Amino acid sequence: MDLLATTTIRRPVSDVYAFWRRLENLPTFMAHLQEVRSTGDRTTHWTASAPFDRSVEWDAEITDEVPDERIGWRSTGDADVPNTGKVWFVPAPDGVSTEVHVLLVYDIPGGKLGEAVARYFGEEPHQQLDDDLRRLKQVLETGEVVRSDGAPWGKRARKEFPQRPAQPLSSDEIAKGEAA
Amino acid sequence: MRANTWAGRNKVEVRDVPDPSILNRRDAIVKVTSTAICGSDLHLVDGYVPTMQDGDVLGHEFMGEVVEVGAGVDPGRLRVGDRVVVPFPIACGACAACAAELWSCCENSNPNAGIAEKMFGHPVAGIFGYSHLTGGFAGGQSEYVRVPFADVGPLKIESDLTDEQVLFLSDILPTGYMGAEMCDIQPSDVVAVWGAGPVGQFAMDSARLLGAATVIAIDKEPYRLRMAEEAGHTTINFEEVDVRSRLLELTGGRGPDKCIDAVGMEASHGSAHLHAYDRVKQAVRSETERPHALRQAILSCRSGGIVSVIGVYGGFLDKFPSGAWMNRSLTLRTGQCHVQRYMTPLLRHIENGELDPTRVITHTLPLQDAARGFDLFKNKQDGCEKVVLKP
Ligand SMILES: NC(=O)c1ccc[n+]([C@@H]2O[C@H](COP(=O)([O-])OP(=O)(O)OC[C@H]3O[C@@H](n4cnc5c(N)ncnc54)[C@H](O)[C@@H]3O)[C@@H](O)[C@H]2O)c1
Ligand SMILES: [Zn+2]
Ligand SMILES: [Zn+2]
Repeated sequence: MDLLATTTIRRPVSDVYAFWRRLENLPTFMAHLQEVRSTGDRTTHWTASAPFDRSVEWDAEITDEVPDERIGWRSTGDADVPNTGKVWFVPAPDGVSTEVHVLLVYDIPGGKLGEAVARYFGEEPHQQLDDDLRRLKQVLETGEVVRSDGAPWGKRARKEFPQRPAQPLSSDEIAKGEAA
Repeated sequence: MRANTWAGRNKVEVRDVPDPSILNRRDAIVKVTSTAICGSDLHLVDGYVPTMQDGDVLGHEFMGEVVEVGAGVDPGRLRVGDRVVVPFPIACGACAACAAELWSCCENSNPNAGIAEKMFGHPVAGIFGYSHLTGGFAGGQSEYVRVPFADVGPLKIESDLTDEQVLFLSDILPTGYMGAEMCDIQPSDVVAVWGAGPVGQFAMDSARLLGAATVIAIDKEPYRLRMAEEAGHTTINFEEVDVRSRLLELTGGRGPDKCIDAVGMEASHGSAHLHAYDRVKQAVRSETERPHALRQAILSCRSGGIVSVIGVYGGFLDKFPSGAWMNRSLTLRTGQCHVQRYMTPLLRHIENGELDPTRVITHTLPLQDAARGFDLFKNKQDGCEKVVLKP
């Protein structure tokens, strides 16, 4: 499965590149990622949420890196869902913004795991990546992921439709939501 | 706290809800001192805007006192104790739309941008109390309200103007003004305004302020037309005369140079036949609008003129007069108001006495009576033009 998405961020290429190159930052805006931990100069360990409250983990390495231009990576070892990603950065015509283009490729296995992964991404798998990039833009342009009363939990917004009413949260709800 | 909520089609209810808290670093909490009911709220209550949910707190026109600020708000910009009017579009101040002063198209303030994009092709900004399509933000018809990006939008009121004088800077005064500004008014212009609701009244006053020779108000409610007349505008009652013929009479056969639609998707029509067509299509949701005013504005406007649309539309409309629009070189301009652009200059006009926003207020009620306020405003009872609510 190939997912391609793009957005334009009103920050210079060097800032956007630097933010992405610290792969540990990816879980702040990518819905399915729980953690990316650096294990070496070009290697990382990734944890993602999976169906049935499980999580899947894999190691990855950077395969291509041109500062202020592009970053490529791929899973290594026997990842449950082998995957590769690349992101490239293009100065936008307005002279101040950066176009971010992302391509994620998942090698979805057969059998039960494959079905579960397909279900996880749903009918419009690209939508998740579109939302991820919207949040990347929020983080880089405004400092954090934007929350509302109807969609208070940032990354989890899409999964929570229909939403809770647009009505302030009780302190219990806030405590529970933050713990989840 | 108490807050006015959407309780299903045609029903609002003041209920107990939790007090708001800071969810983002740049939030503030405002204790509301005055809030108002808007024609846009009627579209929500009448059920013409999708993605409303039972319990949604309504209200996008409000002002009050800052009682808490998030850690990310620069104290040089906003502090506890400040008296502020809050613009209805929530805007980040940092994206390309905000940089271009297209505040109501902010690219970052709508957590439900993905849904808005599906309906509109591209997302729109978050708006207080205005469905989940525009973010699912609780509104300001309440005792307290959370204001995101509080370091960007709120306008501090440092003079001793009353709430009533400045409250409408949150929406309808800038909206009316933008409607007139989009008309590029020239000194010889005749400007016709469909809708003598509060938004229409402010569009008329703004058209005159911007130098129009004549301003014509079109509506069917005699008391609303009288209000426009008392403010010095010419009036047409569309239930009594044929609007197009009357406009031709008033303009030596040319038609108004500029036309403003301050009615939107729930227009009523002098002709029962066409009204029935749109009513039925709207009821079965195969058309989302009843665009009588817009159609009439396009057909009436002088060739080469501008039709400025500030009435709200939400989806798709039928029988759009594309032939008139194209063949007669008309320009169509529109938008949810970019309120932040106009707040400071319009505050100056209020201070100078060139605009008097209080002239539309006919009712002031406690927040607790919000349902009655909606009823009076919607059904044009008791001479109701604009309702201010006091929490
Ligand atoms: N663009 C924006 O940012 C913005 C902001 C605020 C309000 N609005 C919109 O402006 C519109 C007016 O708001 P309001 O608060 O004045 O509402 P309102 O309901 O009080 O006023 C609408 C008026 O239009 C009249 N009307 C109905 N059909 C008509 C027709 N065919 N021709 C002429 N007049 C007709 C009604 O009698 C009424 O007086 C609404 O659609 C509202 O949603 C837009
Ligand atoms: Zn309004
Ligand atoms: Zn913005």
